[in-house]
Amino acid sequence: MTDFAVELRNVTKFYSSGSRAKAEEVSAVRNMDLVIPPGKFFTLLGPSGCGKTTTLRLIAGFEIPTSGEVFIQGKPMTNIPPNKRPVNTVFQNYALFPHMTVLRNVAFGLAIKRKPKEEQDRLAKEALALVQLSEMSDRMPSQLSGGQQQRVALARALVNKPSVLLLDEPLGALDLKLRKAMQIELKHIQEQVGITFVYVTHDQEEALTMSDEIAVMNKGIIQQLGDPHTLYTKPVNQFVAAFIGESNFINTVVQSVENNLALVTVGNETIGATNGHEKLHPGSGSIVTVRPEKIKLSLPDSAPQHALSGKITGLVYIGTDTRYQVTLADGQNVIVRAQNSSGIPTSEFSNGEVVKIYWSPEDARILND
Amino acid sequence: MSKIKLPSIGAIYIFLICAVLYAPIILLIIFSFNNGTSLVFPLKGFTLQWYQKLGENAEMLSAVQNSFLIGFGSSLLATILGTMGAIAIARFNLPGRGLFLAVSTMPLVIPYVILGVSLLILFKEVGIPLSAFSAGLAHVIISIPYAMLIVSSRLVGFPNNLEEAAMDLGASYWEALLRVTLPIISPALLAAFLLCFTMSFDEFAIASFLVGTDTTLPVYMYSQLRFPTRLPMVIAMAAIIMTLTMSSMLISEWLRRSGQPPTRK
Amino acid sequence: MENRSRFTTLIMPPAIYLFLLFLLPLGVMLVFSFRAGTTGAAHNIFTLNNYRAFLENSSFQRLLWRSAGISFTISIISIILAYPIAYYLAFRAGVNKSILMTLIIVPTWTSYLLRIFAWKLMLGSTGVLNSILLSTGIIEQASPILIYSRTAVVVTLIYVWVPFVMLPIFSSLERIDRNLLEAAADLGCASWESFLRVTLPLSMPGVVAGFFFAFIPTLGEFVTPLLVGGAQGSMYGNLIQDQFMRALNWPMGSVMSLAMLAVVFILMFLLTRLGPLSELLEL
Repeated sequence: MTDFAVELRNVTKFYSSGSRAKAEEVSAVRNMDLVIPPGKFFTLLGPSGCGKTTTLRLIAGFEIPTSGEVFIQGKPMTNIPPNKRPVNTVFQNYALFPHMTVLRNVAFGLAIKRKPKEEQDRLAKEALALVQLSEMSDRMPSQLSGGQQQRVALARALVNKPSVLLLDEPLGALDLKLRKAMQIELKHIQEQVGITFVYVTHDQEEALTMSDEIAVMNKGIIQQLGDPHTLYTKPVNQFVAAFIGESNFINTVVQSVENNLALVTVGNETIGATNGHEKLHPGSGSIVTVRPEKIKLSLPDSAPQHALSGKITGLVYIGTDTRYQVTLADGQNVIVRAQNSSGIPTSEFSNGEVVKIYWSPEDARILND
Repeated sequence: MSKIKLPSIGAIYIFLICAVLYAPIILLIIFSFNNGTSLVFPLKGFTLQWYQKLGENAEMLSAVQNSFLIGFGSSLLATILGTMGAIAIARFNLPGRGLFLAVSTMPLVIPYVILGVSLLILFKEVGIPLSAFSAGLAHVIISIPYAMLIVSSRLVGFPNNLEEAAMDLGASYWEALLRVTLPIISPALLAAFLLCFTMSFDEFAIASFLVGTDTTLPVYMYSQLRFPTRLPMVIAMAAIIMTLTMSSMLISEWLRRSGQPPTRK
Repeated sequence: MENRSRFTTLIMPPAIYLFLLFLLPLGVMLVFSFRAGTTGAAHNIFTLNNYRAFLENSSFQRLLWRSAGISFTISIISIILAYPIAYYLAFRAGVNKSILMTLIIVPTWTSYLLRIFAWKLMLGSTGVLNSILLSTGIIEQASPILIYSRTAVVVTLIYVWVPFVMLPIFSSLERIDRNLLEAAADLGCASWESFLRVTLPLSMPGVVAGFFFAFIPTLGEFVTPLLVGGAQGSMYGNLIQDQFMRALNWPMGSVMSLAMLAVVFILMFLLTRLGPLSELLEL
């Protein structure tokens, strides 16, 4: 048997929406194949409505797939109800039971499993210690701050030692500073307990900070699966490139292809790019993506052979960097981020100045779409 | 979850409950069209005579008129007083608030018979003659808590900085209440008025102690329940009132719903 | 200071009205309980005789406790009948929720007196139930037990109060965050366990409110016993009404009313002081 923590095989989920009279099926997840390796911090990342929460709920058992199969630790789980699955969830709004103390909340899962009272209390206290809330065990949830409630929710799930812990945007309601601190703590706890975390978020920075592996989703489909570095440096399509970090998308025409390198033209100038496209023919149009910080600016006469001419049409000083907007000869705009060497604006270039931009071919990629 | 369209146990239960809830009412309506004075089966044929005779019954018509007057007056007063109380407790947290809240909601937990007899004693002692008017005064007491609850739940639903905005623009506090707050909560005021009216119009226990020689519709109905031959006419009257109540409640419910965007649940 | 005067201006009219026509009458009734004479006309007499008479007459007290028992029974059965309705509406009815809610509330818009009277027609010896039972051969002659009994009072009042008891239970069920039920399932609860451990405790405020909705008015009932109760089904409310409308012993009636108030307040006190009911239900 496979020892994947979670496996989805060709899973599709439709929701019927609207009244019965004009029932209309909306797909939340389409033909998804997904394998989540054990012991990893795995993130489902995407904009709202992309199907990431539905995917999580399919794993938890709150939703039954319209078609396809769900496996957890190699065992078929497709039609197993949530209470019989070896997974636990940290809910977006924490979902702490308002009529129970913190300790009874954390011990809830153990009580359901009919564990002896002493064991319940001992394990629940251990879990509370793990999230640094030992002294809060007799409070009611309403007496805790948002961050504390979030930790209780985490302890309540972890105490059951699930095979997989599911987290549905657990930090969404916290303020920025607390959120940053919790990101580091969550990652730390995951490493400590070694349980597979499946984490849902729409915040790409959060995903990059915490994850071992990320699945970027859009419109119910996984766009790209990979570790943070791969996603950032080798996005497969425009959606991934735009969703993670900032990117330029430049319309070009392919001039020549050689192995995985290609020369493309913009206007009547050429420049190199890495070929991420399977079938690329000279003469076809293609989109090249390149991160703003990977583009270099120079005066027209000191540029290398392959470079594009343009004119600076905007410039913003943002502390460590200066952001330039360069309008190319054919009217396309490109954003360039240049580091300010000593913290003061270098003002090497000024608004309206005619410049050339260039990059190393490995920093620019020709996209699939 | 399941696609099979068998009625669930819950649906069957609701159906049975509804059947029991409606059976007595349908029975009454059937008898109001029955061509016989005694309310027993078998039925004696269809007639509209009980409805036609309503107009000739001066006593009943005056009872209906009294009920309307009491209902209108007591509901208006209760809505005004309840709204003042609701604004006071929703917008200010000052000493006296707790006491007022306790006293104003207490009529909810006191059996009507006690409210009725205690007012009977008071009116006798002070020398206020018993009449439809004195019953109306009592109906205000039972209506105030309902009016207050409806209005204050609406008040906590919107921020008081609208009043502050109005005052910032030069209105006095009372102008702000009149021009901003009251228009916003006007649906709640109407709802409170309608509820109070319905309660007063149908109230028998308190009125039976306080109306003296006047009659309200429930008091009149009660007096007629002992004379079986007059019952079909009473039932016909009640059927008309029920139809009016239902249509006005359904219309106001429909108005309330169409006034707000559909909620997604 | 400005706030103080605004608050006072707003609160004074309702406060004065409530004082004059609610608190004052109760106070006067208290004074009356110490007076003598049929309508308490003897102003200068202070006597404890009425209290003594009340305490010595065990039939008064028995009727009070029996009425409290009847009201308690009515309230509990109403809750048991209403809870599944509320539960169905809150969790199962889906798009039909508001239609079903309206359907259940509409009968309460009929005249209260006539709804009770209709039960007299249903239960009477020539009534519907007897006709059905006779024609189906379940009984051979019209049963008189159905009408003019305590059972008739209980059945009729349950009919009246089930829709009203359902309302607070429904709203407390509606307020329960659906995520809590998912969380319970996630932590291993089968659906009946989620109900016992989460849904039921969290709906207790609605159940308690529903209890009072039914208990207080039925304790003071005197109309229903008059119409369907007969001599057997007479309640404490009838005793009070008799003192004022027929026997004309107002001071005695005042003592009886105060005794009823005491029962109501003791019960309220107990139910609100037992501590959060939800905690009691924690196993």
